Amino acid sequence: MPVTRDDVLRMAALARIGVPEARVDELVRELSAILGHMEELRRVTEVADRRAEEAMPLAADEPGAVPLARHREEFAPATREGFFLVPRLHTHGDDVQGAS
Amino acid sequence: VSPGDRPARGELRIGHGPQAGPPIPTDAEGIARSVNGGASPEAALKAIFEAADRADGLNQFNAFVSTDTAASLTAAAAAPRDGRLAGVPVAIKDNIATSFLTTSCGSRILEGYVSPYEATAARKLREAGAVLIGKTTMDEFAMGSSTEHSAFGPALNPHDTARVPGGSSGGSAVAVAQGLCPIALGSETGGSVRQPAAFCGVVGAKPTYGRVSRFGLVAFASSLDNVGVFGRSVDDAALALEVISGPDQAHDATSASASPPVLRTARRDLRGVVIGRPREYFSESLDTAMHERLGRAVEALRAAGAEVRDVSLPHTALAIPTYYIIAPAECSANLARFDGVRYGLRIEGDGLQAMYEATRSRGFGAEVTRRILLGTYVLSAGYYNAYYRKAMQTRELIRADFDRVFAAGVHALFTPTTPTPAFRFGEKAEPLEMYASDIFTVTANLAGLPAMSVPIGRVRGLPVGGQVLAPRLDETTMFRVAYALEAALGPEAHR
Repeated sequence: MPVTRDDVLRMAALARIGVPEARVDELVRELSAILGHMEELRRVTEVADRRAEEAMPLAADEPGAVPLARHREEFAPATREGFFLVPRLHTHGDDVQGAS
Repeated sequence: VSPGDRPARGELRIGHGPQAGPPIPTDAEGIARSVNGGASPEAALKAIFEAADRADGLNQFNAFVSTDTAASLTAAAAAPRDGRLAGVPVAIKDNIATSFLTTSCGSRILEGYVSPYEATAARKLREAGAVLIGKTTMDEFAMGSSTEHSAFGPALNPHDTARVPGGSSGGSAVAVAQGLCPIALGSETGGSVRQPAAFCGVVGAKPTYGRVSRFGLVAFASSLDNVGVFGRSVDDAALALEVISGPDQAHDATSASASPPVLRTARRDLRGVVIGRPREYFSESLDTAMHERLGRAVEALRAAGAEVRDVSLPHTALAIPTYYIIAPAECSANLARFDGVRYGLRIEGDGLQAMYEATRSRGFGAEVTRRILLGTYVLSAGYYNAYYRKAMQTRELIRADFDRVFAAGVHALFTPTTPTPAFRFGEKAEPLEMYASDIFTVTANLAGLPAMSVPIGRVRGLPVGGQVLAPRLDETTMFRVAYALEAALGPEAHR
């Protein structure tokens, strides 16, 4: 299935990478060649049990921020000077307890 | 130091001529033993720096992206003198966070970045007394098989500077091959330690997935990434792996198993060991000279007492498409964090989205951009089932192939590490050509198995490696086979 210019531009928007116009056609060719090689996998007839995976919902392919499922206050209730307060990590390697 | 050839286990001295100091061993155990016995921990470093100066300098083959000899000597003076690696010079790949020098991942987007914390593997080396001499050249974010995708120029193969050293951990392999250090760290996602080890004529080992903590290893594809080790000999690699393995409170995904006993306890003959030779790795398309070298290695294994048996791993041909869907998919998620906000480069734009796009466009090179776009494509809702889901299923089939062979009484597998010796710079210009060179190494990453490359001789004057694979968490058998191969081939392994 060849990749189109629109595909490249859409993936670039999703991935937040600016792609110069001069590079788009080259990427169309390269990605089409790579994905053409991946078509081999379609010939695999043995299928592992993936029922749980099939039940996994997929997010829409929309550029931009994904809205939070819960209000921010539910999981990050405390802030200071505009930053969230979170528990210290073990790896901070000091003895200070509690949030910072 | 004798660039261009594997330095023999021998001696270095500080100074030369009548004023030369006492001899300094060049293997990791020998250096540590001499420091444990009272020698100066700076001695080996000074000797190596002096020897490098007498040649064309430390970076003769562009093995390093950052060095600071004064800081290294200071670190040596402060290093514990009773450790297993006391005074041993080590090189570390530029995507593993260290207490000094940069962690730039070979990328413009992290150019000059110094990590505020240290990777567990680097910390364990330091606490054992090892001294960092430099961060090594790599393909950007470990995506590549030649170091040609480094933003700071490729490393050169010391055996033929017109050829690549392999990648992505090419600089680490070069530093060891050059004789600058007996041990180096690299990282592996699809063969990035084993392939450069084979191309540079040194030993390279990837442990079982999760055997070594990934804390402080900059993530590329988290379900495939490992920290791996290079050594000038099997002994050096075994010692390094023992030191850096083991559970880590900072990284819950690390195996709770203790370090595998691989140093010397693995050094026995191969009586009672069954070694499988997968026919899919020995196809007729392999170079005749490669076949000849591999045949000699198989005979050496038999002479050491092993039973060598032909086996089949029928899904091997699907490994490259499987790997090149899963790895880019994971990289597209892992590299989303490099957006100009928290790390490194920021290119201002008209608004937040424009800043992200400008920073990532300018900061990432061509290969990283290609893989992020590929990964985004195969994860997108329209193509997820056709590519990513299918690749995850195929990965299970590849894993099951290995499980079936090991369950049938095979203790280890022997294969070529690469289809060819080191290729010339620019020879593999098309991405697919480069990807195909990983055919024999990606399977171990997909299945999470330990695997290592051991020198088995030269083809047209260039080093080639034989690969040993073992069941998950059985590094002891893998090293046992590697030791036997090294001992049986002797000097033949390097000519």
